[in-house]
Amino acid sequence: MSEPAPESPGEDLKQPDPRWHIRVRGLTKHFGDNFVLDHLDYDAERGKVNVIIGASGAGKSVLIKHMMCLLRPDSGSIWVDGTDVFSLDSHELAEFRRRFGLVFQFAALFDSLTVEENCAFPLREHTKKNKEEIRAIVKDKLAALGLDGTQRKYPGELSGGMRKRVGLARALVLDPEILIFDEPTTGLDPLATRNVDEMILETAARYKVTSVVISHDMASVFRIADRISMIHQRKILASGTVDEMLANRDPYVYEFIRASGVAAAGAGAA
Amino acid sequence: MCTSGARVAEAPEDETTFGHAVWIGVKDAFHPVVSFVDVLGGHVILAGRALSWLPRRPARAANYLEASDYIGFGSLPIVLLVGAFTGMVMSLQSVYAFRTFNLESYAGGVTAKALSLELSPVLTALMLAGRAGAGIATELGTMRITEQIDALESMAVNPIQYLVLPRIVAAMIVGPILSLLAFIIGMGGAYFVAVVIQNIDHGQYVANIKSILTLSDVIQGVIKSAVFGFVVILIGCYQGYHATGGGRGVGLGTTRAVVFASVSVLVLDYFLSDLLLSLMGTPK
Repeated sequence: MSEPAPESPGEDLKQPDPRWHIRVRGLTKHFGDNFVLDHLDYDAERGKVNVIIGASGAGKSVLIKHMMCLLRPDSGSIWVDGTDVFSLDSHELAEFRRRFGLVFQFAALFDSLTVEENCAFPLREHTKKNKEEIRAIVKDKLAALGLDGTQRKYPGELSGGMRKRVGLARALVLDPEILIFDEPTTGLDPLATRNVDEMILETAARYKVTSVVISHDMASVFRIADRISMIHQRKILASGTVDEMLANRDPYVYEFIRASGVAAAGAGAA
Repeated sequence: MCTSGARVAEAPEDETTFGHAVWIGVKDAFHPVVSFVDVLGGHVILAGRALSWLPRRPARAANYLEASDYIGFGSLPIVLLVGAFTGMVMSLQSVYAFRTFNLESYAGGVTAKALSLELSPVLTALMLAGRAGAGIATELGTMRITEQIDALESMAVNPIQYLVLPRIVAAMIVGPILSLLAFIIGMGGAYFVAVVIQNIDHGQYVANIKSILTLSDVIQGVIKSAVFGFVVILIGCYQGYHATGGGRGVGLGTTRAVVFASVSVLVLDYFLSDLLLSLMGTPK
């Protein structure tokens, strides 16, 4: 594995690291009697597509919600460029969240707003731009994702793939440093899945963002991942590039990848 | 030795089990009380968190107007209809009751007093619970389970400031307006039944209203309506905001919002009436 030992005693998490953008240390979370994460350590590489895989209910979504401070841990810390996100007060947290864009599993678009209003929402809330400027930015982002012309439609009138792209456009309007995708291809047909994968890759390349994607769609994972981490039994079981994960002989990792039936294709892609 | 050792080993386990059983029993016995305090505390915390955002920017006037439109203007037809027929039936019953003593001209005053103090605020609040409270619980519940509330938070927008505060403030403003309108149209209906249908003298009817109804009665009704509006919409927001478990959870939250709000209004009415009467009184 290429990842440095996260527990290394000499590491100074308060200093921004040129390679690692997000650093999770000792994250523990339980809901009632259910321990979801147990002293989990994780690192997301700057400017890369970091994919987190794992079985359903393994705690992938819980981990990313902690990254944006949507959940508070029982213990542990998350460092983004030397800032401990759980030490921020409400004002600092609001500023901090503007550095993130979160694309939800089912897009989480506001039903009562049009596509344009959904995408304009963060700009209206956090900038002093006038209507024309906002409209131009939204049009630009929608056009980049092949959605120009849908401005006046409501989310209910869009297909699943289009909704995800609108969700991404909304996440991109504030030019975030970090984009988080929560199971972006769940429920999509193969063509739409491929389109979403291309969208993730193009976005990462065009906007130079750090992407964190959670997924258990292995075909998609092999297409987009620069780095894969697997959550199992409340911890990161293995991390590495696609090749490293394919070469991993841990029985669970091996079985998880083999069961997807796309290992050979993934190896080819890698 | 082995047997003895086994006994020694078992003893603490038995104690733990017994203690645990007692604890479980006590917890079960007090579960309804604990649940009630928990839910009540949850409402107080939500209200506190919402109101703490009141002086903070951004104000988002459009959200307040939209909430006022939904709660106030949207509820207007049903509130007016209920107010009119409540006044009419109250008048009809009063006229028949007072006619026994040839005092039917007092029906107007009694109806006015009952409408202003009790019927308008309480029935308006019940209509708000059934319509706006349920609607808000469903809307926020759907937003919760479809992660729209998480999306707001992820975009650095406080969902309590954005979703809850405008609704409870709007309810405190439009609740009294709706109640006053229900009172006015209720009195119109009462007048129609008493004077036009039951042929009570117009002068006597109006004079008795003036002598029995006081400004204090109307003010008490307004205060009650503001409190009821706040409580009803707060409960709707709480049930929606904390909805879990998909569509069924939203449905249960909506049901709870209507039931809790209706019961709360009726229970609160007694204590609020007692308080207001002791503070403001009514001239004899």
